[in-house]
Amino acid sequence: MSPTILFDGIDEPGLNTIDVYRRRGGYEMLQRALTTMTPQQVLDELLASGLRGRGGAGFPTGKKVSFIPAAHVDKYLVCNADESEPGTFKDRELMQKSPHMLIEGMVIGAYAAGANRSFIYIRGEYIEQADIIDAALIEAAAAGFLGENILGSGFDLSLVLHRGAGAYICGEETGLLDSLEGKRGNPRLKPPFPANQGLYQGPTLINNVETLATIPHIIRMGGAEYAKIGTESSAGTKLVSVSGNVQRPGNYEVELGTPSREIVYDLAGGPPEGREVKFWFPGGSSSPVLLAEDLDLPYDFDSLAKAGSMLGSGAIIVVDDSVPVVDVALKLAKFYRHESCGKCTPCREGTRWTVSMLERVDNGLATPMDLDIMASVQEQIIGNCLCVLGDAMAMPIGSMVKKFRDEFESHIEQARARNPFLGQGGPREPDPVLLQGAGNA
Amino acid sequence: MIGRRKKKSTTAELERRPPADLPPRPPAREVTRFGHGSRVPGWDDAVDLTKDPAEIPDPAATPVPAELRNEIEAHMANYPDFHSAAIPALAAAQRHHGWCSPEAIEQAACVMRLTPGYLISVASFYDMLETRPVGRNSVYVCTNISCSLCGADELFERLKQETDGDPDINLRSFECLGACDIAPMASVNGIYVGPIAMDEVPKLVEQIRSGVPPLPNKQLHLRKSTDPNAAARALPPTATPDPWSTSYGPPMGDTVTGPPAAIEQPPEGL
Repeated sequence: MSPTILFDGIDEPGLNTIDVYRRRGGYEMLQRALTTMTPQQVLDELLASGLRGRGGAGFPTGKKVSFIPAAHVDKYLVCNADESEPGTFKDRELMQKSPHMLIEGMVIGAYAAGANRSFIYIRGEYIEQADIIDAALIEAAAAGFLGENILGSGFDLSLVLHRGAGAYICGEETGLLDSLEGKRGNPRLKPPFPANQGLYQGPTLINNVETLATIPHIIRMGGAEYAKIGTESSAGTKLVSVSGNVQRPGNYEVELGTPSREIVYDLAGGPPEGREVKFWFPGGSSSPVLLAEDLDLPYDFDSLAKAGSMLGSGAIIVVDDSVPVVDVALKLAKFYRHESCGKCTPCREGTRWTVSMLERVDNGLATPMDLDIMASVQEQIIGNCLCVLGDAMAMPIGSMVKKFRDEFESHIEQARARNPFLGQGGPREPDPVLLQGAGNA
Repeated sequence: MIGRRKKKSTTAELERRPPADLPPRPPAREVTRFGHGSRVPGWDDAVDLTKDPAEIPDPAATPVPAELRNEIEAHMANYPDFHSAAIPALAAAQRHHGWCSPEAIEQAACVMRLTPGYLISVASFYDMLETRPVGRNSVYVCTNISCSLCGADELFERLKQETDGDPDINLRSFECLGACDIAPMASVNGIYVGPIAMDEVPKLVEQIRSGVPPLPNKQLHLRKSTDPNAAARALPPTATPDPWSTSYGPPMGDTVTGPPAAIEQPPEGL
């Protein structure tokens, strides 16, 4: 039985109110951290816990906090609640059912980083969740857990909920900062990293909802104790959102290092009767796909990285054998084309041309050479942009073309045979109508 | 890209060509076209280079509803830099006017002391800020990977048929709404509902039109977590006790069995 930390009894009715949360021991860790520990001690616990960021990059949280300079300047803590990675919905459930856990974690995190202003950037689509957090903020401020001189410790913190307005790119940390500053959400050049020059050019700590919500539990258990859960390099538990072709889609809290097969089959029920797993995304739609035989991999940061993919935001999307891989690739590419902010050329043009080429594949106009071109386009995108949105399309599409090349080729053949306007082989004239559809995005 | 050579069709090739009773040709992709077939509206409008750029609206000449002004000013007070309130201000103006109309943007710009151009640049970036008039009811259908694996494209088509261009409904397919566990789903005026079965679509559209809560038994907030350990633990003793365990008897009207409670015994010594 794996330990349950974040989701323990999260279905308790009324947990989103401060009364129920406090009855369950809520805000006790805030009291302990602020009144009996120094910021350095809190930071030491975070470092000892080995907690890694839960938003996608998996950067050690303690290290990130320690990068915030100690100087006496305005410092900021920003909670990234712009959960827009396709397949991810863990933060939604956490914020909806236990908003005070996040607030408590943010206050402790801000105490460790020395930040006096904090923001929750929540995506605009999460209207219900934002209303719940707004109500929780009022309760927490009334109880003296936010505001000036919290619990008599002399530590001040303001917390503002900022609602976004629908843009995937604002989940990228620097895009989020620009958006929070009231601009278009274009990513910034790094370095300088947000820890040095972030929001309003001040040192800024940005963390995911799940990461911040884990902090009170680390204070409660002690960093060393928390590090015992999970594997050596991936400590703790992870909320995994399982979706797609599974029988019981939903969020599951698992210990890192749990075999992936256990998550997909035992917890989520596996694909529907009579179907088999064809491939799966281990960490949201941005992660390179893995095949059914990779299901035996332990679900942790390093094992997935070794297998050529990534844990990302912890969203498993299962695709079964009834779905053509080209359909998934096209859907994916269209999403990234729509969400590319257009600042960097490789991403803006690369996503657009990838969609065009996949449409050619889908309607039978493509040749196997197009697959090579498509693969090379993906290589041109990776690492050549300010942020990783382009990479997030290039990596899964590249992996699909590589692992399912035969299917792509047979898809082209079948589409060509099916398409009555292309004739049956032999030299043919290009169809102007289809060409118009394929070439112009 | 492909050779433009025109080749005369031979008889053999004509025979290979598809027969005449083919299905109609697929239409070219629907692309919104403006003047002269351009994809950019107003591309051929002459630009008046002598004109000054739009300035910050004059408060005296721009009436702003007090409610909207107060809301925007409250947002501006939340941040160290008032620019941060751009998105909340535009969202407030949109709620007030139905969309980010030139008038709405002008009013927001007037309160925030910014140029309308700045706010237009922000409004045009975000999907939820509408830069053209839309229906009052927003219905976003998630059609991303997880949802479309569960039939979201079909749901979107059905909704499109059922709403049939109703100008009151702003139906659009949306990019991952973060609710893949209830796929296929839709966000109806901010309320997440799912999984929506195809035969529920007419009922859903009817509910949207009449302004009642959509599919009340399928709303997201009712959904219990799938994690086996998420169920509520046994409540600690300070919890509100079960009303039946403290009541003095069965509900009224039930037959009472057993000895009477101590309080009903006659006091000793009587």
